[in-house]
Amino acid sequence: MIEFDFGVVLAQWPMLAHGLVLTVALTLASAVLGTALGIACAWARLHGGRALRSATSAYVEAVRNTPFIIQLFFIFFGLPSLGIRLSVEVACVLAMVLNLGAYACEIVRAGLQATPKGQLEAAMSLALTPWQTFSRVVLPPALARIWPALVSQIIIVMLGSAVCGQISAEELSQAANLISSRTFRSFESYILVTLVYLALAMALRQCLNWVGPRFIFTSR
Amino acid sequence: MKFKLVSSLVSLVTTAVLTVATPAQADDSLNAVLAKKSIALGVASDFPPYGFMGPDFKLTGVDVATAQLIADKLGVKAEFVPVSTPNRIPYLQTKKIDLIVSALGKNPEREKVIDFTIAYAPFFQAVFGPKALNIKSFDDLAGKSIAVTRGTIQDDMLQKVAPPTLKIQRFEDDSTTVAAFISQQTQLLATGAAVAAAAVQKNPQVQAEYKLLLKDSPNFIGVRKGETALLTKVNEILRAAKADGTLEQYSQKWLGRGTGVLPE
Repeated sequence: MIEFDFGVVLAQWPMLAHGLVLTVALTLASAVLGTALGIACAWARLHGGRALRSATSAYVEAVRNTPFIIQLFFIFFGLPSLGIRLSVEVACVLAMVLNLGAYACEIVRAGLQATPKGQLEAAMSLALTPWQTFSRVVLPPALARIWPALVSQIIIVMLGSAVCGQISAEELSQAANLISSRTFRSFESYILVTLVYLALAMALRQCLNWVGPRFIFTSR
Repeated sequence: MKFKLVSSLVSLVTTAVLTVATPAQADDSLNAVLAKKSIALGVASDFPPYGFMGPDFKLTGVDVATAQLIADKLGVKAEFVPVSTPNRIPYLQTKKIDLIVSALGKNPEREKVIDFTIAYAPFFQAVFGPKALNIKSFDDLAGKSIAVTRGTIQDDMLQKVAPPTLKIQRFEDDSTTVAAFISQQTQLLATGAAVAAAAVQKNPQVQAEYKLLLKDSPNFIGVRKGETALLTKVNEILRAAKADGTLEQYSQKWLGRGTGVLPE
């Protein structure tokens, strides 16, 4: 008969709280930087010169066709042999930004390409510069179109940060691992952390759905 | 957790089966070995630096050297039988081997089913680091970073003895822990002697050496219960080898550290 004991696991809450803070911090940093990178890459794939276009698509294909954990290990264990030594947190953010950037690039590009031709012609007839056209006419409605897909991708990256524990980042799943190896209460530890992730993902979705229309793109 | 359960189950079953299946042994192994002019020695073949396959496909290591020494002193041929951690005690009990020389630790459960000689080699959990780093005591660890495998004895020990400013970075398995140290993501490494020796051997560029002891759990040779004549003879050989420095030399050669005080 299995007996549950959540008490000993809950007693370790400072560790869990610490992990939660790091997971949220990693997610916020990589969501902001990764989305910016994604937009830049989407622009580069559509409007950049030939060299820039092929460099961007090489990056996007490399990231989208390799596992996240391998990218993370490459940055943390591989780069030092080239003399680049990053701290655990920086390595995690870099891996998450590069990962989100590649997926966001394709999502944003879909939004940009769906811009009706008439809007571009209208912008041109108003003598807007290419930059004004992109930043004022094309991008905001494109972001509005792809926002739900982008939010899902950000949540996937947040959940993917669980892997960062593998390079000793003390995020949420690492905290759960530590608690389970200290209390020998693995079931309770993982149930608890599952609920925390679930709550976190739902809160993040609500939050981004609220922030998007108000600050990122202004819906009509 | 799972492993713990399985291993305790295995030892429980082994104990139960063996106490039932093997009544008092006849004390005749030493004579049998001398008559046959060969002794069957259970050694590990995949556990450097204790028992492992050398580049020339011959078994080598501290255990293999010690086992060879015993055979030589008995004046018989050494017949090496590769054993694994779960099967070595059953092999001894069923007379497939005469001695276990495979990084065997002594504990009360095992003492119920087999006899132990005196200790012949150290086995230890320790802190390792580059030669350039001066670490003489646990206080010297302050402000440094160290890689350790999560939930191991080393992890627990570090938490107890290390200064709070030591940055303990925990990884999921030995190979990731070692990778973090080898790629110099951490300054130090806390692990078992076997893992560290293999890591240092394969990555000579890091210039790693033994720094501080975390926990000692020396190795003993296992003998079938009741084989007092063989046990006494092996103990004689081991004491002589201890006195003339042979065991010390083996330890220095493979573990990079002296035997220290080995328990009788």
